[in-house]
Amino acid sequence: MQLNQFLILSAFLFCTGVYGVLARRNGVLVLMSIELMLNAVNINLVAFSAFHHSVSGQVFALFVITIAAAEVGVGLAIVLLIYRNLRTPDLDRVDRLKG
Amino acid sequence: MVAQNVAFWIIAIAMACAALGVVRSSNVVHAALYLVVVLAGAAAQYILLAAEFVAWVQVLVYIGAIVILFLFGIMLTRAPMGGQPDLDNDQRWPAAVTALFVLGVLVFLLVDAFGARKIRIDDSLRTVGLSTTVADSIFRTYVMPFEIVSMLLLAALVGAVAIARRN
Amino acid sequence: MLDYAWIVALLPALSFVVVLLVGRRLPRHGSEVGIAAVGASLVLTCVVAAQWIDRVETAHGAGVRPVVHSLTWWRNGGIRIGVGTQIDGLAVVLMFVVTVVSLLVQVYSTAYMHGDRRYTYYFAALSLFTASMLLLVMADNTLELMVGWELVGLCSFMLIGHWWEEHANTDAALKAFLTTRTGDVGLMIGVVITFFAAGRTFDIVHINQAALRGGNHALWLAGASCLLVAIIGKSGQFPLHTWLPDAMAGPTPVSALIHAATMVVAGVYLGARLYGVFWTGFSIHAGGVNAMALVGGITIVVGAVLAFVQDDIKKVLAYSTISQLGYMVMGLGVGAWTAAVFHLFTHAFFKALLFLGAGSVAHSGSHHSFDMKRDMGGLRRYMPVTFWTFVVASAALAGLPPFAGFFSKDELLATAGHSGYTTFLYVGLLGAFLTAAYMTRCVYLTFFGDFRGHGEPHESPPAITVPLVVLAVLSVLAGWLYATVAHVEKFQQWFEPRVAFPAGVVHPPFEWSEGVLAVAAVAIGFAVAYLYYWRDAGPHGATARDGFARRAHTFLVEKLYLDDLYTGLVVGTIKGPVARATSWVDDHVIDGAVNAVAGGARAAARFTYEVLDQRVVDGTVNGLAEASDETGGLLRSVQSGRLQWYAAVLFLAVAILSLALVVFN
Repeated sequence: MQLNQFLILSAFLFCTGVYGVLARRNGVLVLMSIELMLNAVNINLVAFSAFHHSVSGQVFALFVITIAAAEVGVGLAIVLLIYRNLRTPDLDRVDRLKG
Repeated sequence: MVAQNVAFWIIAIAMACAALGVVRSSNVVHAALYLVVVLAGAAAQYILLAAEFVAWVQVLVYIGAIVILFLFGIMLTRAPMGGQPDLDNDQRWPAAVTALFVLGVLVFLLVDAFGARKIRIDDSLRTVGLSTTVADSIFRTYVMPFEIVSMLLLAALVGAVAIARRN
Repeated sequence: MLDYAWIVALLPALSFVVVLLVGRRLPRHGSEVGIAAVGASLVLTCVVAAQWIDRVETAHGAGVRPVVHSLTWWRNGGIRIGVGTQIDGLAVVLMFVVTVVSLLVQVYSTAYMHGDRRYTYYFAALSLFTASMLLLVMADNTLELMVGWELVGLCSFMLIGHWWEEHANTDAALKAFLTTRTGDVGLMIGVVITFFAAGRTFDIVHINQAALRGGNHALWLAGASCLLVAIIGKSGQFPLHTWLPDAMAGPTPVSALIHAATMVVAGVYLGARLYGVFWTGFSIHAGGVNAMALVGGITIVVGAVLAFVQDDIKKVLAYSTISQLGYMVMGLGVGAWTAAVFHLFTHAFFKALLFLGAGSVAHSGSHHSFDMKRDMGGLRRYMPVTFWTFVVASAALAGLPPFAGFFSKDELLATAGHSGYTTFLYVGLLGAFLTAAYMTRCVYLTFFGDFRGHGEPHESPPAITVPLVVLAVLSVLAGWLYATVAHVEKFQQWFEPRVAFPAGVVHPPFEWSEGVLAVAAVAIGFAVAYLYYWRDAGPHGATARDGFARRAHTFLVEKLYLDDLYTGLVVGTIKGPVARATSWVDDHVIDGAVNAVAGGARAAARFTYEVLDQRVVDGTVNGLAEASDETGGLLRSVQSGRLQWYAAVLFLAVAILSLALVVFN
């Protein structure tokens, strides 16, 4: 297997995640897109760990997973709070910083 | 190698379609389920790469906990069970352009950088992916980040509780 | 003391300042300061005179130079302007006259001006006048002389208009000032001409020496003519004599001091001081006729004739003064320098005495009126001292021996006869006849007959009568300084200049024929008047009967219509057409130019405002503001507040940068 396969797959997932982050209105969907991106990164890491026969990449991927979990927790808490305050999870409504 | 390649491609395409589904679905719950497919596919790719510990942790944590979390979030934000036409905001096309542009750049870079380099799947690789190796690495070389991450998890837990508390 | 003679002028000047500042608070309201200062000046003058006489005597007739003490005030480009004193015989004579008469007038004023509304101010002005006149006579250069000249003119103006609440007094003061100002133009031009003619110097000695050396005769003639105009104005010569009678509106002591004894003789003094200029300019040695003698001669007759028709005693004396000044100027014109100056000397005493006597009469006899016909008459019984001193002065004025006027006038006429100016000899004799006549008339109307006034006439207080007596004594004795009949020529010896003085001046010895002729003229004049008034002979009431007589009388009463001529023609022309023309020029030309400039400025301002400011500057500023606004509006949309928009921008930027990094690497 070529390394590039995994890397391009990872790139594809990442860009999809980017699209999702930018284009989705619901806060939960944005978080899901972020998960896509993180997974893309994980695939990248593991692929390189296999390429270099080093365990560090996998350890790093493990950490990323952990962080992702924590991040989802906090992110959902925030989305909940937004929903509670604005009666809608629509992120377009969160524009207090509007210039 | 052929079997692994085939497996890879099947799983990769499935993942890709599912990813598109996540970002293009007009049903929030459907999007969550597509995400499950993506995550599962990722786990399968780890197995292909002989990273067995990571694969199972992925299944456990991601699919087992995070997706459940997402579903809870969806429920709590009263997302309607049916489809919604306007789950996308105004900047779909700029976002698409951006994403494609980034993709293009990345692909170009990767092809330019790595060409056709191969991953050698051999015993040393399998040794690397063993739980013992990973565990060794975590608790020896990377024990400090491990401890810090646990602190981080604690903080995130407390933070989430504090944020979402109903006062 | 000769070098410090300037102290004599300084003392009255200081007195002026002191009286002005603190006079009102002093027990005698400032008069004591003034009298003390002038008294001290008189004492110092006597010292100066004694030293000068001593100087002359020790020189034994050799050329005695005047004592010049001069400081350079200003030197620029070869012109030296100095300030200082020149003490010689002439200066000493004038200083003595000024200080004596000023002192006596100030003493007299303590009684005459008692209780006056501006008593202190009056004394301050008298002190200033004394100081100015002394500055004038001691001047060593023509510029300083001009300063003194102007100052005495100013003081005359101040003092004539002393009671300025009455409009007539301010009119008189203005008339005096403006008429003498006309003459002052001549003075200024004359000073400039002599400056250049004498080789760029203002120094009087040098000017005289330069004049007597000869040179450009036309230039000296021009200078002398201009200076003669100044003399005509200041010394009341015909035709600028019209201010003197009107100047009688001032207080009588002022008339005595300024318009009899001192200021009016400033013109004669000028003639005597710069005699070299006149001698050369008018060719006085040549005999016949010259401008100076002619002016003097006409003035003698005009003044004397007009004195006849005056009812106001002060006006009689004013015209008499004009006439006598005519004598002095004529004297200078015929080459009788010493006689003219001597006549100035004696005239000061008896004319001042006459004025003070008239004041005494007004003060105590006629209830402050000077009208002889209405308020006087028969006063000799009530005011004996005044009467006798007045008679003495009249005799001196008429030229009766042994009084002072005889000697001075006689010498003058003798010189005229000997220098080839025989016409003016006869003019002088005519003047003597007329003088005797009008003075007799004046004495008769005032002191003889019945008292026509009201109130109780009485003799004046001592402060008034003592100066009268002192002046009477001087009127008698002063003449003997130059009594050629007795071969006493002290005046000439002591006071005639030797340096910078024409050599052709003659000093004829006394001739009995001339003396008898002069006395005869006086006697005939007295007799005619006596017959007319005491014996009622002659054409009494002629003006009522005869038309010609009436017209002639009116002509004289209207002062030869000169006032009307001046007011109507000269002033009227200036006030009418000239003023209108000037006003037109002012309105159209000058104001037109100013308005045009203003209009131009306004148009420029409008242009600057409307075009430059509003459109260009404001346009730029507003444009910039609008541009900022639009750009701001555009840029604002970047800050949408939406997270995903920010994220999009971020990603795009990163992508582009990484691409750039790769491509250029």
